[in-house]
Amino acid sequence: MARRDYSLLGPDAQRAVETGLAAAEWYHTDIPRAEMKALMARTDAPAIRDTAIWLGLMVAFAGIAIWLWPSWWSVPFWLAYGVLYGSASDSRWHECGHGTAFRTAWMNTAVYHLASFMIVRNPVTWRWSHARHHTDTIIVGRDPEIAAMRPPAAARMLLNFAGIPDIIAGLSRMLLNAAGRLDPEEATFVPVSEVPKVILVARIWTAIYAATIALALATQSILPLMVIGLPRLYGAWHFVLVGYLQHAGLADNVTDHRLNSRTVLMNPVSRFIYWNMNYHVEHHMFPMVPYHRLPDLHARIRHDLPAPAPSMWAAYREVLPVLLRQLRHEDAFLRRDLPPTARPYRAEFHADVSAGAPGVPAE
Amino acid sequence: MTDWTDACATDAIDPEDVVRFDHGGRTFALYRSPDDRWYCTDGLCTHEQVHLADGLVMDHLIECPKHNGQFDYRTGQAKRAPVCVNLRTYETRVDGDRVLVRIG
Repeated sequence: MARRDYSLLGPDAQRAVETGLAAAEWYHTDIPRAEMKALMARTDAPAIRDTAIWLGLMVAFAGIAIWLWPSWWSVPFWLAYGVLYGSASDSRWHECGHGTAFRTAWMNTAVYHLASFMIVRNPVTWRWSHARHHTDTIIVGRDPEIAAMRPPAAARMLLNFAGIPDIIAGLSRMLLNAAGRLDPEEATFVPVSEVPKVILVARIWTAIYAATIALALATQSILPLMVIGLPRLYGAWHFVLVGYLQHAGLADNVTDHRLNSRTVLMNPVSRFIYWNMNYHVEHHMFPMVPYHRLPDLHARIRHDLPAPAPSMWAAYREVLPVLLRQLRHEDAFLRRDLPPTARPYRAEFHADVSAGAPGVPAE
Repeated sequence: MTDWTDACATDAIDPEDVVRFDHGGRTFALYRSPDDRWYCTDGLCTHEQVHLADGLVMDHLIECPKHNGQFDYRTGQAKRAPVCVNLRTYETRVDGDRVLVRIG
């Protein structure tokens, strides 16, 4: 295959449309309607509980850190606050963007906007971006949310553990939007009717950041920025750590989430921060299922999925060699073997993947 | 054409649920509301042509199974992004134990 072009305006984007990869019909495990309805059912209680814990811990950690400031004893509390601000906001943005976390619409909307601000993703733009990610998951030239491209941008991937490329892109985009303009790629998936909302949010955010910086200058202290803004950098590592595992090293340009997404079993703390998005094949196959029912969905369909990675460590042991190989040979990828109980991959769509070549057989 | 078309039995849909109904090369979604009324809309989401019958009915909303956009299935009004274009609706009536749809 020729070198991949991830631009949404480039030749791969055009090729995906021409070959029917764009907006294609994807594989789904069969689940009886009554069971699916039960799994999709919405309730407020789990997300209210989790949101109260999330925001309560943020207030507590930030309060103690401010109280101890500028002592080095404040560092562990900043680090804990940072993960809740810079990483847990990613999963809250995601789940509330889908509208599945709460049953009550305004609760989804409120947490969505708060989390979008923390993670520096315009809530209007990214709603459409993420819709495209679900339509065309890891389709080169169509999916705007591919974190691990081929060949991997190693420096960028490493710097993102400190949030640096993301924050530069996010703030640049915010200022561009606040000036009343959209990036040409954004314009490919944001409807014209939504553009005024994009600009309004960007202007509100710019005002908040300007006020925070002004307060820091007036007080001659970075403390205001330690609370607002900087945690997106010093707390980003966890969402990047778990986020790369979603799709990295797996197949691209396929229409079966079992081939391009990864489920990883994780510790309960990471699952709280990540709101169960470690069940990522399940989420992509059935995005209507709330985060708190994903373990049940996993148990229901695991017979039809590749075996989950038993831990983050095991997953990275699988991913890193493939990424290193992709630096030299970008067509390399990890082929997921299915259990005997699973329905096979559709050879008519995935002949190269099903046959194994040129992938790296899964261990 | 304003004929009433026999769509399904009344017990073919649970309360607060939806089924798919195909007729004349077209596909529709037929709903039974929590207050036991029947409604019909076009069957495909106006966003990306996904069958709404695989989605979730909550009160008087149908949520698309692909991107979680929502419509009020009584009026067809788009209620939540990423759907922006309203659904077309069709008149329904019950005749005995059958649900009929007026497909214009």
